[in-house]
Amino acid sequence: MQKYSVFSLIKNAFSNHQNWEVAWKDPTPKSEYDVVIIGGGGHGLATAYYLAKEHNIRNVAIIEKGWIGGGNVGRNTTIIRSNFMYDANARFNEFGMDLWRNLSQELNFNVMFSPRGIINLAHSDAQMNAYARRGNSMRLNGIDAKLLDREEVKKLIPMADFSDEVRFPIFGGLMQPSAGTARHDAVAWGYARQADDMGVDIIQHCEVTGFDVVNGKIKGIRTSRGDIKTKKVGLCVAGSTNILAEKLNMTLPIETHVLQACVSEPVKPLLDGVVTFGAGHFYISQSDKGEMVMGGDLDGYNSYAQRGNLPTIQHVLTGGLALFPFLSRLKMLRTWGGIMDMSMDGSPIIDKTHIEGLYLNCGWCYGGFKSTPVSGWTFAHTIAQDQVHELNSELRLNRFSTGHLLDEKGLGTKTWIG
Amino acid sequence: MLYIKCPYCGLRAQKEFSYGGDATVKRPNINEEVSSEDWDNFVYMRKSPRGKHIELWQHIAGCRQWIKVQRDTATHEIFQTAKVTEEIR
Repeated sequence: MQKYSVFSLIKNAFSNHQNWEVAWKDPTPKSEYDVVIIGGGGHGLATAYYLAKEHNIRNVAIIEKGWIGGGNVGRNTTIIRSNFMYDANARFNEFGMDLWRNLSQELNFNVMFSPRGIINLAHSDAQMNAYARRGNSMRLNGIDAKLLDREEVKKLIPMADFSDEVRFPIFGGLMQPSAGTARHDAVAWGYARQADDMGVDIIQHCEVTGFDVVNGKIKGIRTSRGDIKTKKVGLCVAGSTNILAEKLNMTLPIETHVLQACVSEPVKPLLDGVVTFGAGHFYISQSDKGEMVMGGDLDGYNSYAQRGNLPTIQHVLTGGLALFPFLSRLKMLRTWGGIMDMSMDGSPIIDKTHIEGLYLNCGWCYGGFKSTPVSGWTFAHTIAQDQVHELNSELRLNRFSTGHLLDEKGLGTKTWIG
Repeated sequence: MLYIKCPYCGLRAQKEFSYGGDATVKRPNINEEVSSEDWDNFVYMRKSPRGKHIELWQHIAGCRQWIKVQRDTATHEIFQTAKVTEEIR
C-alpha cells in the first residue's frame, strides 16, 4: 500500500495527482468467507480492521447495501467524548479515547481528531450537584472532568447569554477537556483503506436479503449479488437492525427513529469546543470550515426516513437561541437526518446471540460515532474469540430481561423522549 | 410537518400531538401468572417495522384523547386514524 505522507504528496504532484493508488478495491464477492460483517459504516469497517489486525482473521467481507460511509458515519455531528457516569460506559468509552488519540498515526490517514473539550452546561443547583456526582464518577474511572462555575464558563464561552433576564441562567458546567471532534468521513475511509490492504473485501451496493440458519447455527447469507457461505456473521447496521432482525425472526429492545442535525453558514472562529445546553436538548460545535454544527432531539416517532420534519429543527434551535442569541443572525446552510437504533436503556449492545455464529452490534442511539474505534475493537474480539471482552461484558443483550440496565439518563423505555 | 386527523377534532398539525409508541403491544393481564419473558416482551421488545406501523398519539394540545394512527415509517404517510378503543386493520 502506498503510504500517505508529505513526500508522496509532492511526488504525486508531479503527475498532477493522476497516479494515486485506489484507496480500496471493488471486489466481486467470493463464495465463502471466515467472517462476514454486514454494514459498511464506521463500526463495520472498524470491526473488519481489528479482526484483521488484532486477530489475524483476514478472509473477511464487509457487505454494504449503499456505499461505505453513506450512513450515520457521514451524518453525525462528530462529537467524541467519554463523560459517562456508569462504570461500564465510562471504561468502554475511555478505552475508545485512547484508540482515538492514536488513530491518525495508526491508520496513516488524518482523521483530524481534535480534543478541544466538551462543556455540559448546568442551569440549576440541582443540575450542578448532578454534574459534580458525574464528574467524580468520571475521575474515579481515570477520565478528566472539571466542574466549572459560572465565571469559568463565561471565560470559555463569553458569547453565551449571561444576562439577568434569561429563563435558564448558566450556573456552571461539567467539562471534559480531552473530549473533542474528528472528521467523520476520514474515519470511515481510513479504516476502509487499511482493512482493504490487509485482505478484507469491501463489497458495496450489495443488499442482504436473507440468512441461512440450520439447527440454530449460521451457515451463510443471501445477498443481491449471490449467496455467501460463512460460519460467522456480525451485524453492524445501526438503523437497519430491526429490518435484519425481522429476517432472523428476532425481536430486539430497539426502536428506530430519525435524528436531525443542521449546520449554519460558515463564520469566523468563535467557539472552540463542544457545548451542550442543559435546559433542553441542544448541542453545538464549530467545524474547521467555520459552520456551526448543531443537533438535539429525535423527531419523536418511529421512522426509517433519513429526513425529518421542520418542527423538530425549530424546537431544537429555540434551545440554541436561548443559549447563544447570536445564532439568530446566521443562515442555515442545510439540515439532514439519520436513522438511529434507539435501545431501551440508551446504551449499546455488543454481544453474541442465541443463533450460533451470529453477533450483534446495535443500540447506539445518539452517540455511535464517538465509539467507532472501541466498538470495532470489542466487536472484533467478540467475533474472533466467540466471547465478549471485559469491556463489553455489561453491554449484553440479556441485560433487559435480567434487569442490569445501563440507563445512564434514567429515562425509561420511551426511546423517543431520550 | 405531519398532519394527523384526530377522530374527535379533525385534521391538526403534528405539533399538537405527542407520541405514545407501538399500539400493538399488549400489557399482560393483571390477574394472571405472568412470566418474566412476557414482561420482557411487553416492556422492552419492539418490532419497529419499516412500513406500516400502528401507533399511539395523544392530542395533548387539543382534546387530550389518546388515538391510534396507522403510518408508514419509511414515507411518513398516514393511512388511517381511529379512537383508541377502535381497531385498525
